[in-house]
Amino acid sequence: MLKLTIKEAMGQLSTGDLTSEMLVKSYLDNIEKRDGDVQAYLYLNAEAAIEKAKVIDAKRAANEPLGALAGIPMAIKDNMCTVDMPTTCASRILEGYYSPYNATVVEKLYGADAVILGKLNMDEFAMGSTTENSYYQKTHNPYDLERVPGGSSGGSAAAVSAGEAMFTLGSDTGGSIRQPASFCGVTGLKPTYGAISRFGLIAFASSLDQIGPIARTAEDIACVLPTLMGHDSKDSTSAVFDVENYMKHLNQDVRGMKIAIPEAYFGDGLNDEVRKVVLEAAETFKAMGAKVEHVNMTNVAYALPAYYLISSAEASSNLARFDGVQYGYRHEDFETLEELYMKSRSYGFGKEVKRRILLGTYALSSGYYDAYYKKALQARTLIKRDFDKVFEQYDLVLTPVAPTTAYKIGEKSSDPLEMYMGDIYTVPVNIAGLPAISLNAGFDQQGLPVGMQLIGKTFSEATLLRAADAYEKAIKGGQK
Amino acid sequence: MKDAYEVVIGLEVHVELKTATKIFCNCTTAFGGEPNTHCCPVCLGFPGTLPVLNEKVVDYAIKAGVATHCSITQYGKQDRKNYFYPDLPKAYQISQYDLPLCYEGHLDIVVGEHEKRIGITRIHIEEDAGKLIHDEKGTYIDYNRCGVPLIEIVSEPDLRSADEVKAYLTKLRAILLFADVSDCKMNEGSFRCDVNLSIRKKGELKYGTRTEMKNLNSFAFIAKAIEHETNRQIQLIESGESVVQETRRWDQAKGKSVSMRTKEDAHDYRYFPDPDLMPIVVNDAMLKALTESLPQLPDDRKQHYVKTLKLTPYVAEQMVSSKQISDFFDTCIEDGAEAETLSKLVMNEVMRLMSKEGDDGQILMDTSQMTALVQMIATDAINYSIGKKVLEGIWNSETMPKDYVEANDLAPIKDKTVLVGYADEILQKQPKIIEDYLNGKEKAVQAFIGQMMRMTKGKADPDLASEIFFEKVRALK
Repeated sequence: MLKLTIKEAMGQLSTGDLTSEMLVKSYLDNIEKRDGDVQAYLYLNAEAAIEKAKVIDAKRAANEPLGALAGIPMAIKDNMCTVDMPTTCASRILEGYYSPYNATVVEKLYGADAVILGKLNMDEFAMGSTTENSYYQKTHNPYDLERVPGGSSGGSAAAVSAGEAMFTLGSDTGGSIRQPASFCGVTGLKPTYGAISRFGLIAFASSLDQIGPIARTAEDIACVLPTLMGHDSKDSTSAVFDVENYMKHLNQDVRGMKIAIPEAYFGDGLNDEVRKVVLEAAETFKAMGAKVEHVNMTNVAYALPAYYLISSAEASSNLARFDGVQYGYRHEDFETLEELYMKSRSYGFGKEVKRRILLGTYALSSGYYDAYYKKALQARTLIKRDFDKVFEQYDLVLTPVAPTTAYKIGEKSSDPLEMYMGDIYTVPVNIAGLPAISLNAGFDQQGLPVGMQLIGKTFSEATLLRAADAYEKAIKGGQK
Repeated sequence: MKDAYEVVIGLEVHVELKTATKIFCNCTTAFGGEPNTHCCPVCLGFPGTLPVLNEKVVDYAIKAGVATHCSITQYGKQDRKNYFYPDLPKAYQISQYDLPLCYEGHLDIVVGEHEKRIGITRIHIEEDAGKLIHDEKGTYIDYNRCGVPLIEIVSEPDLRSADEVKAYLTKLRAILLFADVSDCKMNEGSFRCDVNLSIRKKGELKYGTRTEMKNLNSFAFIAKAIEHETNRQIQLIESGESVVQETRRWDQAKGKSVSMRTKEDAHDYRYFPDPDLMPIVVNDAMLKALTESLPQLPDDRKQHYVKTLKLTPYVAEQMVSSKQISDFFDTCIEDGAEAETLSKLVMNEVMRLMSKEGDDGQILMDTSQMTALVQMIATDAINYSIGKKVLEGIWNSETMPKDYVEANDLAPIKDKTVLVGYADEILQKQPKIIEDYLNGKEKAVQAFIGQMMRMTKGKADPDLASEIFFEKVRALK
C-alpha cells in the first residue's frame, strides 16, 4: 500500500478498494516501524489522523462532496503554524508553542480533506543544510542512517523517502526543499515566489521563503500543487495568477524543449560523481528530444554571498520578536528587562541561529549597510537579469542541486562556511524568485541519491513538472 | 542674558488617523476598551503573521499632505525600524525611512501681528506601539493601541518661540480636523508632539546642539517644557559647558525634563525595506481624487472671513483655530449674527471657557443661543460686558440669553429718573468729580460712569449716564 502513487491511491479510494483509514493506518504503522531510526517526526498526531480518516470515509460513503486530497496522509514542516499541534521551528525558544491560528496552507489542506499526520523536523528556524541544527533530534537519511537527510526540510524529505507520508510540505529559502529532496532521493518543488501563501509560515527570510511540496514523483507533486497554490489576501507578497491543472501537462514528451546548462554550475567544488550523473541526465533529456546547450551565467557567482547577507539581515529582524515577553521560552532568572531579553535569547536560540542573527545585524548596522545589504540587493538585480537573459532563449536551466551527495552526520557541522558552500547551486533560484524542481538523477558509487535541478521562469511550474515527469517516467521505463 | 540667544525648534508630531481598523489588520482602532481586547495575532506580531496595508491609511496620509501643501511621492515604501521594547511585539516598527508619502510642504501661522510660513519636511505613515502600565506588582502591557495607524509630521527647524510652536500646533491640528483624517484628541494621545530644541547666539547661522523632548501631550506642557529647556541650555552655555545631544523626557509632575539616553547609547535602528510589504504606488488619478475629496481648509475659510466679513487676519486665524469653532462661527453668521461682536465673543469668551476643559475642550452652547446673544448686544438690549456675563451664565445650559437676563435682572436701566437718583448720590459723596472736570480733567467723565456702573452692577446705560453727567455739569455752570 505504501507503494501507491497519490493518483493511484485517490483512484482506489474513490472506487472503494481502499479506505482512508486503511491508508492512514498503513502509514502510521510504517512510521512506528521506521521513525525510531529516521526521526523525521517532531510531533505525531496519530489519533486525530485516524479520526479524520474515518470522517472522510464516512463522508465518502454518504456521497458527500470531498476535497481534492481527501484521505491522503501527509505531514508538514514544523515552521508552519497549526492550532491543534505544536509549532516549534525545531527551536527551544518555541518549545510547546501552540499557534492561535492555522497557516493558510494548513487551512487549504484541511479544506482539501488531506489527513495531517504530524509535524516534521528541520534545522532550527530553517537555518542549515543537514537538520542537525534541530534543538530536539537529528533526522537520519533513510538511504544510510549514518548520513544527514539534508536540510533544512530534512524531516520532510526523509519522511517521504522512508514511506512515512505520501507527501510533505517543506519550505525553501536557499535550497531547503531541493537539497534534502536530492539527498533523500525524492522530488521537491520550490514554486515561484508568491505562488503559495506565506501566511503562517514562521519567517526566516521573508523575501526568499517559499513553501513547497516534497513527494516521491513529479506526478505526485502535480497532483497536490493546485491545492496549495493561489493568491492569499493575508499575504501582500502573494501573487495574483491562475492556478493550473498540472496533471494535464504530464505524460508528454520534452521534444523541442530547450534546456540550458550553465558552466558556472559545473565548476570547481562539484563532486565528480555528481557531475557525471547530472551530465548523464542532460544526455538523457537530449536523447528524449530536448535541445541541450551550454550557456554562460556570470553573475550567479554573486548569489551565495548575496544570499547570506539578505537572508541573515531579514532573519535578524524576523527573529527579534522571540524575546521571551509574549510567548515561547523565557529564562527564569532575570532582574532587568535587558537581562530577560539576553538570557531568553541566549539560551532559547541555537548556535547557527545566533550566528545568522549576528551576521544580519552587522550587515544592517549603520556604516555597513551600503557595503553589505545594499550591495547584496544590487547583486540580486544582476542575478535576476542573468536568468531573464537565459530564459529569452531557453525553457529550462539544468544544474546539480548540491555539490555532493549526503554526507555523514557531524562531518561538516564544525565548519559553517563549508556548509554554506553547499547551497551554491540552489540559492540563485531564491534570489531571483524562480521556480525550480529537484529530482533524482541517479546514484553515486555508494548508492547515495544524486539530484538534479530544473529551473524555470516565473510561473512555469507546468513546464518544470512536465519535464521532470517525462524524465522520471523515461528512467523508470528504461530500468524495467 | 537671555535676550542674546535665539531658540530654534523643530517638531515631530504623531497623529493617530481615524480609520475604523488598524494599519495592518482588521482590529478596531477604538480608544479605550478592556486591555488586550482590540488585538489579533497580526497586531500582536505572532510568529508567521504578515501585515497587509490598510489602503485608507495611505489615503488619509496623502490628504494630510495635500492639506499642508506637500509634494506626494509616486513611489513609497515601508521600512522596518528595529529595536527591542515590550510595547513593540515584533521588535520592529513598520515605518517609512527614505521614501515618505509626503514631503516639502508648509503651513502658515499668525503670531501677534506677524504671519510666518513654517516648512514641513515630511509626513510618513507608521504603526503605533502598545502601552506599558506600571504598578507596584509589576509592569503590564496593553496592546490595544498596537498597530493603530499614525502619521508623523516633521517640521523644519523654523520655529523660534513657544508662541510660534503653539500657533503651529493649533494650525496643524485645525488642518487635520478640517481634512477629517484624525480626531486629534490630545487626552487620548491621538495628537502627540516631540520637541527638538537648540539655542544659538542671535545672528549666528550655525545651529546649536539639539535635544529631543518626548512625552508632551498638552499645549501647556509643551510651553513649559520649551521654557525650561531653553533656560537649561542657556545656563549650560553661559557656564561654559556644552549641550549634550540626547533624548529627554518631560516630567510634568516635577516640572522638568530628565535625560533618557544620550547620542552614545542611541539606537541603531537598522532600517531596511520591509520584505513583507509591496511598494506603495500613487498615481495621478488617485492623487487627483484625494485632492478633490478634501473639504474647505482653514486657510480658505480664513480668506473668506477676512475678505467678506472684514475680520482682521489675526481674528480670522482664531476663528479657524479648530473646526468646531469655525463651524460654530459659520452657523451663527448664517443665522444673522453680526461678525465683529460674534468673533469678539468667540475669541475672548468661548475659547476661554473651552480651555477650562483642557486642550480637547468642547463648545458647550448652541449656535441659537449665541446668535440671540449677539443680536441682543448689537441692538443695545444689553451691553458687551453684560453679554460676557450672560454667556458665562448660559454656558453648558439650554437657557436662552433673554431668559437669563430677565431671571438675573441684568437688563440695562433705561429709566432716566432712576439713574438721575444714582447720579445725585454719587455727586453728593464725591463732588470732586465735577470739580476735576471743570478744571479740565476729561477723564472725570469715565470716573463718573465707573461709579454709576458699580452702583447698578453694570446695568446702567453708559450713554444715558454720560448724558446725565453733562446735564449736571451744565446745571452747575
